[in-house]
Amino acid sequence: MRHFLLTTAAVGLAATPALADLSDGKVKIGILNDQSGVYADFGGKYSYEAAKMAVEDFGGKVLDAPIEVVTADHQNKADIASNIARQWYDTEQVDSIMELTSSSVGLAVQALSKEKKKITINTGAATTELTGAQCSPYGFHWAYDTHALAVGTGGALVKEGGDSWFFLTADYAFGYSLEENTGNFVKSQGGTVVGAVRHPLASTDFSSFLLQAQSSGAKVIGLANAGMDTQNTIKQAAEFGITQGGQKLAALLFTLAEVHGLGLEAAQGLNLTESFYWNRTPATAEFGKRFKERTGAMPNMVHAGTYSAVTQYLKAIQAAGSDDPDAVSAKLHELPVNDVFAENGKVAANGRMISDVYLMEVKKPADVTEDWDYYKVLATIPGDQAYIDPAQSGCPLVK
Amino acid sequence: MAGKSEPIAGEHVAIHPKAGQIQLALVAVALVLAVLAPQFLYPIFLMKLLAFGLFASAFNLLLGYTGLLSFGHAAFFGGAAYFTAHAVKVWGWSPEAGLLLGVLGAAALGLVMGAIAIRRQGIYFAMITLALSQMFFFFCLQARFTHGEDGIQSVPRGHLFGLIDLNDSMNMYYFVLAVFAFGLIVIWRFVNSPFGMILKSIRENEQRAVSLGYSVARYKLAAFVMSAALAGLAGGLKALIFQFATLTDVAWQMSGEVILMTLLGGIGTLAGPIFGAGLVVTLQNYLATSDFPVTIITGVVFMVCVLLFRRGLVGEFFASKLGRRLGFRAQS
Repeated sequence: MRHFLLTTAAVGLAATPALADLSDGKVKIGILNDQSGVYADFGGKYSYEAAKMAVEDFGGKVLDAPIEVVTADHQNKADIASNIARQWYDTEQVDSIMELTSSSVGLAVQALSKEKKKITINTGAATTELTGAQCSPYGFHWAYDTHALAVGTGGALVKEGGDSWFFLTADYAFGYSLEENTGNFVKSQGGTVVGAVRHPLASTDFSSFLLQAQSSGAKVIGLANAGMDTQNTIKQAAEFGITQGGQKLAALLFTLAEVHGLGLEAAQGLNLTESFYWNRTPATAEFGKRFKERTGAMPNMVHAGTYSAVTQYLKAIQAAGSDDPDAVSAKLHELPVNDVFAENGKVAANGRMISDVYLMEVKKPADVTEDWDYYKVLATIPGDQAYIDPAQSGCPLVK
Repeated sequence: MAGKSEPIAGEHVAIHPKAGQIQLALVAVALVLAVLAPQFLYPIFLMKLLAFGLFASAFNLLLGYTGLLSFGHAAFFGGAAYFTAHAVKVWGWSPEAGLLLGVLGAAALGLVMGAIAIRRQGIYFAMITLALSQMFFFFCLQARFTHGEDGIQSVPRGHLFGLIDLNDSMNMYYFVLAVFAFGLIVIWRFVNSPFGMILKSIRENEQRAVSLGYSVARYKLAAFVMSAALAGLAGGLKALIFQFATLTDVAWQMSGEVILMTLLGGIGTLAGPIFGAGLVVTLQNYLATSDFPVTIITGVVFMVCVLLFRRGLVGEFFASKLGRRLGFRAQS
């Protein structure tokens, strides 16, 4: 009996140092995103599943402590997101928050987390501000941003022969910046921009804009808009037979989930950029199929990015031997990212995770051999070219 | 029906002799609860409740007491949030000065929108306010200073009168509570003044008010501007609480939400909009972590209320026998 007590005491002692470095005996990750609004398919509940998958694949424990994933629907409102994030940090011992779809939410929660010294890894928002002027030592941006999308679609498509462009741009800051960035890459690759037309946000009738684009004679029609606007443009472009007429359509923010929603009949021939495609390598296909078994849908870059972010966060805790945000942040900046999402990804000083992005073309319905096999990968854009050079990002953390 | 101006159908109920004292006691209890609340509930959540409560009360001033259904109040709420956030963050103004700018900005917007919209009644009035507030939304979407989709972020709360540190959430809470109480007292004073009586008469019978010699258009405009200014106070407060201003607050959905809050609580009652705002905000917050889509549940709650409590939760209580005995009056 005495012997038994001694051994348990010894085991207890041996286990203590590891546990003692975890703030509350467990690691808690929050997935905060839009689960009922326009981004419900883009990220939504599937991102939560991706995070749970990452935890299970990691073994469910880090440093012998259990890992818990919680989730909430911010309904696309920054105030609800901020309220939940604060409550998670202050009363529910959440250690880090991830996903954070939509720019205003992403920036608000990252600013709050900087103040509270908590880690955020954003996989859902597009804005480069997260790792630009408003960057944070505890804030990370995974998966994509507007710059990478513009380089991927704008720069790489020119090499594929699409050297004259016409833009259909949503009439607000996001649209202008997409148009400007993409146009610059088109020009830097020797292409030309023959014209642009602005449409109001949330239009339903794009026919006059599409006719202008069609008659411009440009080889590529760039869609510098997002969400429902992009979907409506693509649907109506299909009705005008634009892609059949030899012009290419290039969407700047569009993922597998939206292609699935739109259907191949309308989306065929569309060019777009994502940082992940499930049917690219055997490893990604294996991951995609496991994901589909759980959710019924194949992952897009936001879902796979969330899986990668959670995995990397856990690896960083393990390497640091603690969940102290400063130690974990240092490890996140230091460790290379090697998983199903990224090969030799690296995290820059401004918090940007740099990995390859891919230019895709949506297949014709006749070319699809299996379910969800929607893309043909046209080109791989190395991460260093896709993302803003950290020194030029405007982030004060980069010396 | 004709001749009798009994607002509520049903038998006469004698008002309790101590009704006035009981009402005062209820207000005192509410005040004590509000002071103690941050000990039990999360302060940020409470502050949000107060901000939306004030917003709904400001809206109710127009709908409940003047009978004007505006579908554009998001412009005042969100506009003031942007003005306050910009003044405090970019120009380095103190929080109280920033709030004041928000109120004045919202009042100015209200003057312009009101002057155009009050020329029409009913659905046309609502549509004009909606159209004007959408114009303002697109202005905010494109204007440089609002930063489009990103919003104005990391707004410092600063020091109140240069002394009290508002970054402390308790200080901030009591500041918000004080502003909220101030706003409610203004509304109460406004409604129970001769001016408020004229507004009610306009609500009940506009032609008769005109025939009595009142310049109805001016009274309506004054009420509109007052309501816009108070909505602006709530919006500016919200920008300070959450330290950002985003497009959500100027979008038309926000105009719809405030109507929902007011109707759920009970129009034309002082406490109704506050309860309604509390209900909606609580649902949004606590259902966020549930498996059900939040919007569907709020919709169902709204339908149940419309079917079962046509006067809203508080309105229904005021109209009940107990409510009337305590001297409350509800609108039919």
